[in-house]
Amino acid sequence: MKPVPDPKVWDRLRMDPVTKTLIREGIPSVINPLDKHALEAALAIKDVSGAEVVLLSMAPRDARPVLREALAMGADRAVLLSDKAFAGSDTLATALILSEAIRRIGPFDLICCGNYTLDGSTAQVPSQIAEFLGIPNIMHVAHMELEQDKRMVVTQKIEQGYVKLAAEPPLLLSFTKKANKPRFLSFLEILAAEKREISTWTNNDLNLDESRIGLGGSPTKMADMLLRKKGRQGLRLEGSPEEIAHQLANKIRQLGFI
Amino acid sequence: MGEPQIWVFIEQRRNVVHDVGLELLGKARELANTGGARVAALLLGDGVLPLADTLISFGADIVLVADHPALEPYRLLPYTQVLAEACRARQPDIMLFGATSLGVELAPRLAARLKTGLSAHCIDLQLDADGHLLQMVPGWGGGVVATIKTPEHRPQMATVMPGVMQKPQPAPRSGQVIPLTPSEDLDLSGPRVLEVHREEPQELPLETAEVVVAGGFGVGSPEGWKLLEELARLLGGAVGATRPPVDEGWASEEQMIGQSGKTVRPRLYIGVGISGMSHHVVGMDEAEFVVAINTDPKAAIFEVADLAIVGDQREIIPLLLDELRGRVKVS
Repeated sequence: MKPVPDPKVWDRLRMDPVTKTLIREGIPSVINPLDKHALEAALAIKDVSGAEVVLLSMAPRDARPVLREALAMGADRAVLLSDKAFAGSDTLATALILSEAIRRIGPFDLICCGNYTLDGSTAQVPSQIAEFLGIPNIMHVAHMELEQDKRMVVTQKIEQGYVKLAAEPPLLLSFTKKANKPRFLSFLEILAAEKREISTWTNNDLNLDESRIGLGGSPTKMADMLLRKKGRQGLRLEGSPEEIAHQLANKIRQLGFI
Repeated sequence: MGEPQIWVFIEQRRNVVHDVGLELLGKARELANTGGARVAALLLGDGVLPLADTLISFGADIVLVADHPALEPYRLLPYTQVLAEACRARQPDIMLFGATSLGVELAPRLAARLKTGLSAHCIDLQLDADGHLLQMVPGWGGGVVATIKTPEHRPQMATVMPGVMQKPQPAPRSGQVIPLTPSEDLDLSGPRVLEVHREEPQELPLETAEVVVAGGFGVGSPEGWKLLEELARLLGGAVGATRPPVDEGWASEEQMIGQSGKTVRPRLYIGVGISGMSHHVVGMDEAEFVVAINTDPKAAIFEVADLAIVGDQREIIPLLLDELRGRVKVS
């Protein structure tokens, strides 16, 4: 699960012109929306099989309220990875950290991820976690059907169609919003989760070589960051709807359409 | 070791090459010409060898072909393995993928196997003075653009959305076709493909349409949406959407334009009832001519519009349809 800045307020994001970093102060966090679909998929399996559902997140410590909301949905426990040594990790370093944490949590059948996050949107971490764990993975999951002996049929959305795949654990799946509808939480359930404990791990628990994690351990480096400039000078078209429609039709003809 | 090589992964399904591979060959050619490198196309599949000439005509100097029955249809693990073996043997300097459903699954897995850097959804690629690949990546819904470098690891990997780079004109060229022989122990342990189901596109694909009529939440209703479809049909174009109309069920997921949808660069874009949040704008601001219609005079979409129309589309579009059909008498 990844806490991301609430997309409703992205247009308020400002950049520090000196450090070239985004000013995140005052920007509230929410659970990455697709991560809720991943959690729902896990909880649906728990409902029929009694599986244990463990939440894993790498985020600053102040992300705990966001994780508690996910606990309230029905997860059994949560592990938060929080360490300055993790800061600045690119997708490769992030996937390495998360895969090592998964190994330490214990044996598993299924890792459920959101297909992409709203902030980074790279969609790279799930495939990379699977590679580091040496297990197969499927992205763009639109449907998952459980069969006998933990086998499953997974529907993967592709451009103009879908692929049906037969898969078995251990496996990593990245879910799209088509996969399910995350369960609704009452205010009381959210309140009740407030006392739930979240295990917080640092790199002392993972013991990863610092040359492979964080900013220094990331193969990609940010060389520069610019606010995207908006280029066009809009010519305003004014008048009655009839006049506007007439002028617009002329412009469209002039451009060679019709 | 010879000249540095820029590799382009060529996506094909059922022996049909996805356009994004050709678009990337065009960009790779441009980078190779400035940096003195050679362009190689990576072609995996079963019976794909005849496609090699096309790839050469689109700019490849070399086509590396892995032709093997186990490589059709696409499966993640054998594809990763063949590409990783090729990279280890031939040490490319740069490797580019289309950010398609296939590319965004395969490229990160390969990057992790090679323990190198990968940047996602680049909107531009350039070489700096030292020959490093500068990867321009939109972030925060497209509100900022970061320049990413992979200074020490090779290959420098990047994905690019379809439609971002321009497809070059094919020309008669000569090139070399080199077979890649997949190793005996090809990893076939992962998920098995039971069925590939194709839904024929009912309308013009958005990415190639010359006219895109896009709607946002401001369109207001399914009836309002029908007007957009009518306008697009009349102009021979396609209908696109921002996120809310998809959530409302007026438009399908495939019609979404922007950060988590498609990138379009039509000759004419007409945005209706769209506020102009940066996650949409990043997918359309390469359009040649942008018309925006919105009731809110402060809508951000007007900042990226060539023609800004403050007004109610429920009034304007029916009148526009009449005008374009020549039904309006000159008063």
